[in-house]
Amino acid sequence: MAPGSKGDPVQPFEYQRASDPQGAVSAVGPDSKFLAGGTNLVDLMKQQVEMPAHLIDINRLDLAKIEELPEGGLRLGALARNADTAEHPLVRERYPMLAQAILAGASPQLRNLATNGGNLLQRTRCYYFYDPAYEQCNKRKPGSGCGAIQGYNRIHAILGASPSCIATHPSDMCVALAALGAVVKVRGRRGERSIPLAEFHRLPGSSPQVDTNLRADELILSIDLPKSPYAEHSTYVKVRDRASYAFALVSAAAALELDGGTIRSARLALGGVAHKPWRSEKAEAALAGKPANQASYQAAAEEVLTGAKTYEHNAFKVALAKETIVRAFTLAAGNGAQV
Amino acid sequence: MKDDQKKPEAGHHGAPCEWPISRRDFVKGASAVVGATTLAPSLAQAAADGAPPPAIKQLPLDLTVNGERQQMMIDPRTSLLDLLREDLKLTGTKKGCDHGQCGACTVLANGRRINSCLSLAVTHDGDTVTTIEGLAKGEVLDPMQQAFLDHDGYQCGYCTPGQIVSAVGLLDEAKRGAPSFVTVDLRKTGPIALSHAEIRERMSGNICRCGAYPGIVAAVHQVYAGSCAQAEANGAGQQGGSCAAI
Repeated sequence: MAPGSKGDPVQPFEYQRASDPQGAVSAVGPDSKFLAGGTNLVDLMKQQVEMPAHLIDINRLDLAKIEELPEGGLRLGALARNADTAEHPLVRERYPMLAQAILAGASPQLRNLATNGGNLLQRTRCYYFYDPAYEQCNKRKPGSGCGAIQGYNRIHAILGASPSCIATHPSDMCVALAALGAVVKVRGRRGERSIPLAEFHRLPGSSPQVDTNLRADELILSIDLPKSPYAEHSTYVKVRDRASYAFALVSAAAALELDGGTIRSARLALGGVAHKPWRSEKAEAALAGKPANQASYQAAAEEVLTGAKTYEHNAFKVALAKETIVRAFTLAAGNGAQV
Repeated sequence: MKDDQKKPEAGHHGAPCEWPISRRDFVKGASAVVGATTLAPSLAQAAADGAPPPAIKQLPLDLTVNGERQQMMIDPRTSLLDLLREDLKLTGTKKGCDHGQCGACTVLANGRRINSCLSLAVTHDGDTVTTIEGLAKGEVLDPMQQAFLDHDGYQCGYCTPGQIVSAVGLLDEAKRGAPSFVTVDLRKTGPIALSHAEIRERMSGNICRCGAYPGIVAAVHQVYAGSCAQAEANGAGQQGGSCAAI
């Protein structure tokens, strides 16, 4: 039986239940993984893409709260479920774009299991990564090559890719978090630190096996959102192969702070186009002070896609991304509703 | 020839044809035979060498399934789905893709619908699980089961247990005010009116390869509308507001 085929057993692992963050961090060994919702990790263990020797179950840790921060921000506990986060009245009131992005991802059953911390650590859905039947994947087997560059690359990156890897990050939630300037709080053996979401995920470079800047012993505690002036005019637009329950081909989180018909400030991040949520501060800066109209959005879209590099099957994503950006800002300038 | 005359003439005059075993027992027996002939190579090798397969440390699990407390020792690799089907013999919950892509394995864990295939059983210690077998009250079907019958919400029936359990979870979520991607105003809280578009979006985690979707949506809508009528009869309709726009 080929590795990863149906019916192949999950490799044996030692299971340990942690009761507090410090205990979880101290338990980390050379081949450990934290287990929360498991919707991606357990799947990858069945595929034999992930074969940890040691699972530290963190589901009992007290990290599931959603709390107000001083000065109008919000703290999303790492173990709050995606469904509970999208449903929370303060998330919906202050960051409706984030609720939209979460609800655009996966299915209700998966969102009931999946956690906020786990969402950040999702691995790519590149076919060549997900199926060990393929010999080549620098992310799964460093140095083996990239099956996608010369292969079927319709879902792959057009921005920030490298000759080693053209995979994309699959999260919707992270795209909205990037646009909103979220900060990830983590705890490791050396104590706690904060990582801005924009610096949490990495570009592939020559080491695509490393998805994030989180250290092996670090546990995500929360995702902190700063106070936002964008609740009135923001939206998340997702383009996919079917109406629901599919990963994004391209998505856009777009937010505007308006002063009459003029843009005071803007936020923009794209999904489905790069190895990380792709925030464009350049495009945001270019929009400030411009009229809130099609021409301004179009210019911002051109700015973001400058330097896009396409492969055999994904050139359509450049035009699609531009259209998605214009559509997202147009909807955001209204009330953000899509229907 | 008296004895012969007493025998029911099965198959000739409309008398019921009695099978000695049920379809389910037949399938189980057949699977066991297939399983025995296709042992994983490593296990087959171990058996040939006379060596036992590598020992996996068993862990205690204590959970309640359909109202019955279950205590056992399990391999930590066991998914909740395999625990239900293989250990507890609750085969109503189906294994479709086994990768969280089809929803056939949907069960309620502490009242919330989840994909049991992607959830390790050991993480459900202390939980209360409800499967399709736990919905009916004795011989009385759950309203959602009855609605699927009323509207032909299936063809082959394989995805149906997952569809029904998912729909039961859906109604609870909407009543609680959980929004979906098609909810027009996310900033407005309170119970959600379930249009057909809302039902389709909220059932999108359950795939039906026969394409019985129109019947499924009609079935879910029937139970929703019924619960609205009930709420109005009880005088709660005006307060809830969830039934305004069906």
